[in-house]
Amino acid sequence: MGLTGLLGAVFNLDHVGKYIHWGFIQLSVSNAIVIGLMIVTFISALFLPFPGRRNRKEGK
Amino acid sequence: MSTEIDRQWTTRLRKTVVEKLPPDKLLPDTQPAYVASWIYVFGVTTLAALAIVILTGCVLAMKGPLWWHLSGTGHFVNSLHLWSVEIFFFAMVIHLWGKYFMAAWRGGRQLTWVTGVVLFLTSVGAGFTGYVSQTNYDSQWISTQAKDGINATGGGAIFNVLNLGQMLMWHIVLLPLAAVALTAVHVIYVRIKGVVPPFEEVK
Repeated sequence: MGLTGLLGAVFNLDHVGKYIHWGFIQLSVSNAIVIGLMIVTFISALFLPFPGRRNRKEGK
Repeated sequence: MSTEIDRQWTTRLRKTVVEKLPPDKLLPDTQPAYVASWIYVFGVTTLAALAIVILTGCVLAMKGPLWWHLSGTGHFVNSLHLWSVEIFFFAMVIHLWGKYFMAAWRGGRQLTWVTGVVLFLTSVGAGFTGYVSQTNYDSQWISTQAKDGINATGGGAIFNVLNLGQMLMWHIVLLPLAAVALTAVHVIYVRIKGVVPPFEEVK
């Protein structure tokens, strides 16, 4: 099995899409995952230390 | 007394441009200390993704649909185009959240904010017309679904999502022109007014 086959087995998209239903809100699981990743990235960007920040002079 | 040279439009325009945006402000050597945070990298990430979107879009335009549907290299460039768009929107939305919560319109930066909003809407249009220009079952499905929505707004008469030629022209000519022009204006406003400082810096 080549790399493509291996990836295909992990990310098998050959089926009907899965959806989350929440009242009138309906979104696909893949979109929900992307939104979740965006929220995680946003929060990480606020709290993770930025490399080289300590070495910078204030105001520069 | 002003001379004839002082009055000509090229001189006046040059003086205004240099006064509003001197070269050291356009391409600064340093940034304020508060910019050293991950939350400030998403604007330039969006910009980098846009560059890849435009570059791969140009290759797709040169080679055409048969190439991107049937050849291995075509699939690869098509995928680069799609995934750089994914990164573009991913980064742009985080950029938007960051700027919203730091109220980035402060300090006379209203036009930076407004051009960003218009740019966001233009990008959504560019993404949408891209989806309906793929020339596959996916684009057929999206366009037949979207036509009902657009017809319900009354916009279907001038913006016909089932017209592939029209959608492709919007996708590869009008919307990219608008997006690149608005990006340039947005970045120039950022350079003129500077990156918005955190709330504690302006107290």
